[in-house]
Amino acid sequence: MADPIQFLLNDRPVVTSQPPGLPVLDYLRQDAKLRGTKEGCREGGCGACTVLLGEWQGDDRPFYKPVTACLLPLGELQGKHLVTIEGLNQPQLSPVQQAIVDGGATQCGFCTPGMVMAVTSQLLSADRCADDRAIARILSGNLCRCTGYAALKRAVRDLLQRFQGITDLAGLVDQGVVPAYFLDVPQQLARLPVAAAPAPPQGGLWVAGGTEVYVETDLRLNQQPIYLLCGLPHLRGIQAEGGGIRLGALTTFADLETHPLIRQYLPAIPEFMAQIASWPIRTRATVGGNLVAASPIADVAVLLLALDAQLVLQQGTQQRSLALREFFRAYKLTALQPEEVLIAVVLPPQALRQHLHFEKVAKRKTLDCASVNSAIALQVEGNVIQQASLAMGGVAPIPLFLQTTSAYFRGKPITPDVLTGAFPLLQTEISPISDVRGSAAYKRLLARQLLIAHFTTLFPDHLQVRDFYAVS
Amino acid sequence: MPSVDAISHVRGTSQYVDDALPPSGLLQAAVVASPLAHGTLRSLDLQAARAQAGVVAVFTAADIPGQNCWGTIIADQPLLAATDVQYVGQPLAVVVGQSRAIAQAAAQQVQVDIDPLPPLLDPREAYRRGQIIGQPRSFALGDVEQAWADCDTIVTGQCDLGGQEHLYLETQRCRAIPLEGGDLRLESATQNPYGTQRTVAQMLGLACHDIEVEVKRLGGGFGGKEEQATLWAALAALATWHLQQPVELVLSRQDDLRMTGKRHPYLSEFKLGLNRAGKMLAYEVQHYQNAGAYADLSPAVLERTLCHSTNAYAIPNVRITAVSCRTNLLPSTALRGFGGPQGMFVIESAIAQAAEQLGVPKEELQANNLLRAGDTLPYGQRLSTDSVRQTWEQVCQTYHFARRRKAVAIYNASQFERKKGLALMPICFGISFSQTFLNQAGALVHVYGDGSVSVSTGGVEMGQGLRPKIAQIAARAFGIDEQQIKIESTNTTRVANMSPSAASVTTDLNGHATLAAIAQILVRLRVLAAQELGGLDPNQVAIAQEQVLYGHEPTGWTWQQLVAKAALARVDLSAHGFYATPGLEFDHQRERGHPFAYHVCGTALIEVTLDCLRGTYEIDAVRLVHDLGRSVQPQVDRGQVEGGLVQGLGWMTIEDLRFNEKGQLLSKDLSTYKIPDVFFGPQTLEIQFIETPEKVSGPYSSKAVGEPPLMYGLGVFFALREAMQAFRQRPDYAFKLPLMPEQVLCELYREAVERLTIPEGLDHGQTTVESLPGAHSSPAPLPQR
Repeated sequence: MADPIQFLLNDRPVVTSQPPGLPVLDYLRQDAKLRGTKEGCREGGCGACTVLLGEWQGDDRPFYKPVTACLLPLGELQGKHLVTIEGLNQPQLSPVQQAIVDGGATQCGFCTPGMVMAVTSQLLSADRCADDRAIARILSGNLCRCTGYAALKRAVRDLLQRFQGITDLAGLVDQGVVPAYFLDVPQQLARLPVAAAPAPPQGGLWVAGGTEVYVETDLRLNQQPIYLLCGLPHLRGIQAEGGGIRLGALTTFADLETHPLIRQYLPAIPEFMAQIASWPIRTRATVGGNLVAASPIADVAVLLLALDAQLVLQQGTQQRSLALREFFRAYKLTALQPEEVLIAVVLPPQALRQHLHFEKVAKRKTLDCASVNSAIALQVEGNVIQQASLAMGGVAPIPLFLQTTSAYFRGKPITPDVLTGAFPLLQTEISPISDVRGSAAYKRLLARQLLIAHFTTLFPDHLQVRDFYAVS
Repeated sequence: MPSVDAISHVRGTSQYVDDALPPSGLLQAAVVASPLAHGTLRSLDLQAARAQAGVVAVFTAADIPGQNCWGTIIADQPLLAATDVQYVGQPLAVVVGQSRAIAQAAAQQVQVDIDPLPPLLDPREAYRRGQIIGQPRSFALGDVEQAWADCDTIVTGQCDLGGQEHLYLETQRCRAIPLEGGDLRLESATQNPYGTQRTVAQMLGLACHDIEVEVKRLGGGFGGKEEQATLWAALAALATWHLQQPVELVLSRQDDLRMTGKRHPYLSEFKLGLNRAGKMLAYEVQHYQNAGAYADLSPAVLERTLCHSTNAYAIPNVRITAVSCRTNLLPSTALRGFGGPQGMFVIESAIAQAAEQLGVPKEELQANNLLRAGDTLPYGQRLSTDSVRQTWEQVCQTYHFARRRKAVAIYNASQFERKKGLALMPICFGISFSQTFLNQAGALVHVYGDGSVSVSTGGVEMGQGLRPKIAQIAARAFGIDEQQIKIESTNTTRVANMSPSAASVTTDLNGHATLAAIAQILVRLRVLAAQELGGLDPNQVAIAQEQVLYGHEPTGWTWQQLVAKAALARVDLSAHGFYATPGLEFDHQRERGHPFAYHVCGTALIEVTLDCLRGTYEIDAVRLVHDLGRSVQPQVDRGQVEGGLVQGLGWMTIEDLRFNEKGQLLSKDLSTYKIPDVFFGPQTLEIQFIETPEKVSGPYSSKAVGEPPLMYGLGVFFALREAMQAFRQRPDYAFKLPLMPEQVLCELYREAVERLTIPEGLDHGQTTVESLPGAHSSPAPLPQR
């Protein structure tokens, strides 16, 4: 029997002996009888179960992020603050609630509590950017089938503008964004034990962010031991190391999007992250999980292949290093040994001195899996390619590093003819299959198009799309 | 005033079926479904499921005491399959357990033995084999055969329209509670409480009055819970009836996707003839509706297709033929628009084809042929409004269509891989159930002694804003504050025999019924007030802002005082009101009549930008003018227009309802079936409303709003097509839905796709691929300069 889990649920501390792998959604609706949190899909795809997870991040107050309760293991809550819609309710509507009511931005109401949580999490952050993209990001994980989002976007824009300059907790409490008990949360949390780092069990189910495992596996009736990696703080964090950057395996996609080191040395990456999943999923999904799950369309895997990332694997006290390009062996099969853990991903120094570009095409531009995704990293001197690394997803059983095509570019100038010469090579290296994300022929075509997109985006002075398709 | 519902929605306190405090002993159910599309059911092995810890019971067709066949129009569908299976996802058994997780896990333990038969998936093939539901139907105007001779241009073609998943956020669900004497109470998420009541009664061999159906609200319906909520209510009821314990059935998202029917796919063939002046003289169309395995609402959907096949255009010679084809897919069902948009898409395609062939902008042909008031529609009814033309002209003027047309031309000339496209999309949608008998509604109104008011109607709140609208209508009719009005749940013991909440007319019908009830109470109150004031004229008594007036002058009495006096004077403060839409008739022999009370019309202008390298696109703007009548809740109506539009845009573009050759749904979860998200667009949305009066309309000259705006979304297909033509002109781009990035790219680069298509069985990645010519060896598309 695992230790009871202690956390703060809205305004009160709770202790539960429910299994740590139980999805928080089921805990809330069945055990806590808090039914404002709705189940829409159980795959993190609709946001109807969005809740706020508050945890220490070195500041004087907890940092709150929106997460989908359906993919959140109960054990993750140890020592943290979980906020549901019930925990925001006050005698008067909060400004977020009022804005949605006044704006006519709720119809059937089923998605609405999740929307309120997502928008409230933004007001709890310091970010008040109210441009279209920022507003869309706030609601990026929340589907609504009734409103078409127009009224929601109007309401959120207005709200962010009204709350310019009000970011401190006292000010937010004063305005009713969150109830007054939020002021006591730091002290209450300080009294709770943080998650202890347990020894890794033999076998069992290992969970990092859970955004893959919880979609693939129904964990409500789970009997096998669950090992929550969140209890291992040394797997988190982004640091400079040996001229490169070391990403702890538990680095989230959101960390990649926001971390100062990434923004400084790989400024293109935050932009790419916006094309991956939704903000609430990015706050949970981890780099390590993305690699170990080894989906052939894993976005981050494709990006890291192009950057020639090196993996640090640990087994007991033994560590070894392995190139990511050697890691993927077959469909959802990796070089990871039994009992071996991926603990870090190291981006070598040269990864920071390259032209980098990422492309992804899916049915829906956002919160969708790629039909084909691709990343390229290029070292260029003058007009000549010194080094090229091209990776693609959705074109093979694994996220694919295209060795031959990459090698072809070395020492060649950036010209339409050179790029055109790569097309047949590209087609020999990929082997897409037809599935619900597109026919094999479409993916082959898309692979070519994305290669053109890489070069025309990175080097618009050297080549343009019309060079490849204009009538001569 | 914000509606009570909106306030409880944002607080998370609005209760959906499974949010209410569970009754003690509540069990959970899950459904066992057919894995095969077609076959003979040999046996179900329930051993393993029954042996699971926490499983209480498993029920099959053999456990149904009454009728095991249902269907509102044709009762052809078993509740649980007994002898044969006709689609993947067809319910075979229901498993009851102590928790939902237990029941759902146990349902997967049931071993199903089916002798497979080949599935029939193509509607035209079904038609050829005589697998049709009802009879083919035909609407005609003028003489098509004669008219072809007068045409200078004739185009022919075909359309392939995919289906659409409702994706209501709340999946199908029902909680069934045993009452004394073997009666049942069903708390169901149904758009059709009476239909649910009737079917469950028949299944259990009971009378309607033994079954109470209660509906608080739905987390979205869109037609998906009109016919198809009944099945899940029935299965929960069956378990409750046997166990005499409350049972709840909530479909998981995946079960909902694979077990519930969706919008009808259509295959349609068209022929359109025009004269030199661009007048459409003749139009012939044949629709093959893919009804799926059972009748469901397909014949009624087909009827609406027949009615809307000429959309907003006056064509003197028309022949529309439509047939409902039985295939081994999920029974297709109602979805916002109900067959109308399918008919409209085909005529728009025909016009696009003609415009492309003639080298004129599509909007020129559209403008030449718009309906006017007095024009005869293919079902014989004369159009009473001029708002097709009015909204068309207003869109063109206020939103500067000519200027935008020029700007797009300049943009397209200056850009190579990005092209813009424009489309104007007029709509003309008939309001009323096309089946005349359904156009009726009842309401029950109580005024309590304290002046507060309770209104029950047969309408179901599903996000469309019925409750705020009825509250507004009732407050206005009584002349009292809206705070005094409570809109009750929908319950078959308070209002009987209700029509489903559908066809956009729920507010029209139930609002009028509410007015009819209130009018009775008001007459009694006026008579009383006149008496109490000294034998004066009751007709001079009025109530406004909670004050009792006589001849527009205050009497000093308040509403509350009047009600208190009425109670003492033994005046009946309750009334049942009834409404049946006047003037409706339809002769099915002649396929002629007056099926619709009025038409809702409007025009949208849609602008897109296509990335011709990647096949992706942005919906830049939708600007529309819509005839709303005189809205009783403008904010609600605006929300309906915005939401309907986006649902239509999604259907046209990214909503990929896909089955494989075995009839299995491939888009089976939210990672593979994508609906519009917040980024989807349109980036700019501008809406203007106009108020055209009608003789027969909704309460206070309002108009129905639910379905018509969805059809503005159709325009995005034609805007994208225009952008495709701007990149590469070709005469044969397919009229195929949805137009996803895959379809766009494969159409733009059709030759390249052909070269890159590797025959099945070849070893991928080997020399066979290398020997295929690369893209460069002969540049694929030939874009216009």
